[in-house]
Amino acid sequence: MHQLANTGGSEKPLLSLHDINMTFGGVKALKNVSFDVRPGEVHCLAGENGCGKSTLIKIITGVYRPADGASIEYDGETYSHMSPVTAQDRGIQVIWQDLALFPEMSVAENIAFQTVLGRWPKLVDYGRMRKIATDALKRLGITLDVDLPLKDYAIAQRQIVAIARALVGQAKLVFMDEPTASLTQSETDHLLDIVRGLSAAGVAVVFVSHRLAEVLEISSRITVLRDGALVGVYPAAGMTQSRITELMTGKTFDQQVRARPRGDQPVVLDVKGLSRPGQFDDISLTVRRGETLGITGLLGAGRTELAQTLFGMLKPAAGTITLEGRPVHFSSNRDAIKAGVAYLSEDRLSLGLIQPQSIADNLVISSLGKIMSGAFLSDERKRRLVAGWIADLGVKIGRQGDPISTLSGGNQQRVAIAKWLATDPKLLILDSPTVGVDVGARAGIFDIVSKLAETGLAIILISDEVPEVYFNADRVLHMAQGRIVGEYDPRVVPLAEIEGAVYA
Amino acid sequence: MHSFARTHATEVALLAVITVICTVLSFATSNFFSLGNAFDLLNTSSVNIIFAVGLLVVLIAGGIDISFAVAASVVQYGTAIALGWIGGGGWISGLVIAGSIGICLGAINALLIHRFRVISIVATISTFNIYFGLLMFFTKGVSIYDLPEWLTDRVVLFEHEMADGSWIEITLPVLVMVLCVIATWVLITRTTTGRQLYAFGDNPEGARRFGINIGAMQFIAFGWLGLMAGIGGLVQAHYAQEVVPNALYGRELDVLAAVVLGGARLGGGKGSVLGCVLGVLLVAITQNGLNLMGVSPFAFKMIVGAIILVAITLSNTSIERLFPFASQKGARR
Repeated sequence: MHQLANTGGSEKPLLSLHDINMTFGGVKALKNVSFDVRPGEVHCLAGENGCGKSTLIKIITGVYRPADGASIEYDGETYSHMSPVTAQDRGIQVIWQDLALFPEMSVAENIAFQTVLGRWPKLVDYGRMRKIATDALKRLGITLDVDLPLKDYAIAQRQIVAIARALVGQAKLVFMDEPTASLTQSETDHLLDIVRGLSAAGVAVVFVSHRLAEVLEISSRITVLRDGALVGVYPAAGMTQSRITELMTGKTFDQQVRARPRGDQPVVLDVKGLSRPGQFDDISLTVRRGETLGITGLLGAGRTELAQTLFGMLKPAAGTITLEGRPVHFSSNRDAIKAGVAYLSEDRLSLGLIQPQSIADNLVISSLGKIMSGAFLSDERKRRLVAGWIADLGVKIGRQGDPISTLSGGNQQRVAIAKWLATDPKLLILDSPTVGVDVGARAGIFDIVSKLAETGLAIILISDEVPEVYFNADRVLHMAQGRIVGEYDPRVVPLAEIEGAVYA
Repeated sequence: MHSFARTHATEVALLAVITVICTVLSFATSNFFSLGNAFDLLNTSSVNIIFAVGLLVVLIAGGIDISFAVAASVVQYGTAIALGWIGGGGWISGLVIAGSIGICLGAINALLIHRFRVISIVATISTFNIYFGLLMFFTKGVSIYDLPEWLTDRVVLFEHEMADGSWIEITLPVLVMVLCVIATWVLITRTTTGRQLYAFGDNPEGARRFGINIGAMQFIAFGWLGLMAGIGGLVQAHYAQEVVPNALYGRELDVLAAVVLGGARLGGGKGSVLGCVLGVLLVAITQNGLNLMGVSPFAFKMIVGAIILVAITLSNTSIERLFPFASQKGARR
C-alpha cells in the first residue's frame, strides 16, 4: 500500500527515515514508519489527532528516542536517534503547536532566544538580539515592537514570533505544527507566502495542518499517517480535500447543507441593539427553538466578545437581551448558567477544561448541584451522570478517572460539550468548537450539534471557517468590525458567495 | 522606543509610593528628611537587600525558598567555628567560607527539588525546620560573642560631617550590598545563564525543548541564593557584633514580601533587581518613618502589612488606570 509519488524522484532526500517504531506504555504509537523530505520542498504530514504525527516530529527533533533498528538519515549523515542539540545545530527547527514561547520576555529575546543558549555563561548582546529579531520580522513583512513583552501581544502575533524564531536558526528543515490554527485568513495567506519564500530559498518545510485547503495549496507532496502507520505518500497535484480525508480516516464523508426552516418555532433568544464600545455595535439577532444560528467573520470581528456578553461575562453598554420572553441582565456568568445559557469557549485548552483533572470531574464541574446527596457530593451519582453523557455523545475514554489531557482533541471537545449539556441549557453557544479537532472528529461533533438542535436546543455556532457554519447552521450571520453586515440562508446562497464576502 | 514607565510599571509605581511616603514623612517628622537618616536606612537595610536579590533569582527561576534566613544563621555558626579552626582569618577568608557553606545549603534545596521532585515550597519548609532544629539543638540556644576582632570592628568606608553637625557614613555592609546587587543584576540581565533562568521560570517546558539544562538552572538559582544568604549572614553578624541562633528567624517572610512587592512573581519569569531593592527600601522607609513619628513598634507589622497590600494592588492591577500613559499597550486584540 506504500505508494510513492513520482515528482523528481531522482533527487536525494534531505531527510530520510526508515523503520521508525515507538511504543508508549504498551501502545504502539508508530509502526514501521518511513518518511522522507527533499531539500526545499513543502511537505505535508497529514493524519488525524493521535495518528503519530507529533510523535514522528518529536523523534526527528530528538525529543523522543525511537525503538532500536531505526535509521535517520539527514543531510549526509545517519543517526540511530537524534538529540535536541544535534537537531538544532544541524538546522532542524520546529514551531510547536503550543509555540513554547516565553510570555514575560521581550519579543526580541523570544525571537533571538538561541543567542542566550549555551552551557557556559556569556554576556548578552541585546543590540544584536534586537537586530536579529527586527530582521527576522522584516523577512515576514511584519512590524512588532520588539522591546515589548510578548504577553502584550495576542495569539496571532505570538504565532508570528514563533515563526520568526524558527527562521533565525540557519534552518534547512522547518516543522510547522498547526501554524495557522489561530491566524486570520489574511494572516494565513501571508504565512503561506512566507512558506513559499522559504521553500524557494532552499529550506524544506514540513507542514502539519487540519485545514486541508491550505495543505493542498501549499505542499508538493503529502504523507498520510493513520493509527501510527504509513498510509502512503502522494503528490499534492490532483489531490482533493475529500480524498485526503478518506485516506486519513479510512472513511468517506460528504458534506451537505443541514439547514432547515425554523421560522415557526418560538424564539429562545432575542437580542436588540446590543453594543459594547470598541467591540461590537448595535447587534440584533434572534435564535429559535431547535435553530442553529451560525456567526462567522474574521478574527477580531467581535464574535467572541458578543458571545461572552450573552453569557454574562461582559456587560453590554446598551441594548437588551431577552431569553424566552423575559428580559435578562446577567451580572455574572453564574446568572447566565442559571438562566439556561451555556458557553463553550474558544480556548478549550486553557479556559474550558481543567487539563490535569479527571474526565468525570471536568464533566460535572458546572452541574455539581445534580450530584449532591444531602450536603455531600455523591460519587455514585457522579459516575452515573458521567456514564450517561459519555454514552450519549460517544466519547471514547479509558476510565472516568483518567485525566482529561489523555483524550484526543475531538474527545476533549465532546466532554466540554457534555459538561455544558449537563447544566440543562436552553441556549448553547459554541465558540470555534473545532479548533484543534481533526477532520474525522469534526464531523462527529457536528452530528452531535445537529442532534441537540433536534431536541429543541437553541444553538449559536461561531467559527471563522465559513464552510463550518455554512454546512451546519440554519442561518448564517456575517460579523465584521463589530457589526452584523450580512445574513445568509445556506439553502439558497452558495458557499462561495459567503466566503467572498467574509474573506474579501 | 517607549517610555521606561511602560516596561517598568511596577518600579515606577513603587517609586511613586516611596516618594509619597517620603514626602509625608518629611512634613510629619523633623528629622526624616536628612542625608544622615538616608544613609542610616541604607546601612540597616543592607542585609535584607542582600537576601532579597538572592531570593529574587530563585523566584525568577520559578521556585520559592523559605529556608534561606535560617540557613544564614547556620552559616554564621559554621563560619564562626571554621574561623576558629583557621585561627581568626579575615574578611576574604570569612566571605569565602560563609559563601561556600551557603552554596552547599542552597544546593541541598536544589537537590531535593530537582532530583527528588519535591516542590520548592515543601522542600524549603522542610529544610527550614531541619536547619533551625539542628541549630537550636547543637547550640542549645547559646549565642557567640567572642567573634574575631576584624568581624566585629565597624568598618567605615566614608564619613563626612554635615553643616548641622550630623554625620553621614557608609559602612562595609553597604559596600557588600552594592556588590551583591550589581553581581545579581549582571547575572540575571547581562548573562546568558540569567536569561535562561528567566526563560525556565517563564515556561519550563519551552526551556526544556531548547535543551536548557533544567537541573543546572535549579542549582544555579538556589546556589546563588545560598551564596547571598551566606554573605548576608556574615554581614549581619558583623552588623550585630554577635551571633544569635534565632536572630534571623522570621526574616524570610519579610524579605519574601518585599521581593514580591518589588514585582517578582511567585511562579517565575518575572522580577527585576531594581524593583526588588525598591521593595526592601519601601518597607524599611515605612518602618523608619513610623519609628521617627513615635508610633508604637507593635503597630509596625500591621502598618507595613497594609502598605504591602496597597502597593501590590497598585502595581499589579490598576497601574494602567492610574497612569493612562502606561496603558497604550501593543496591539491588543
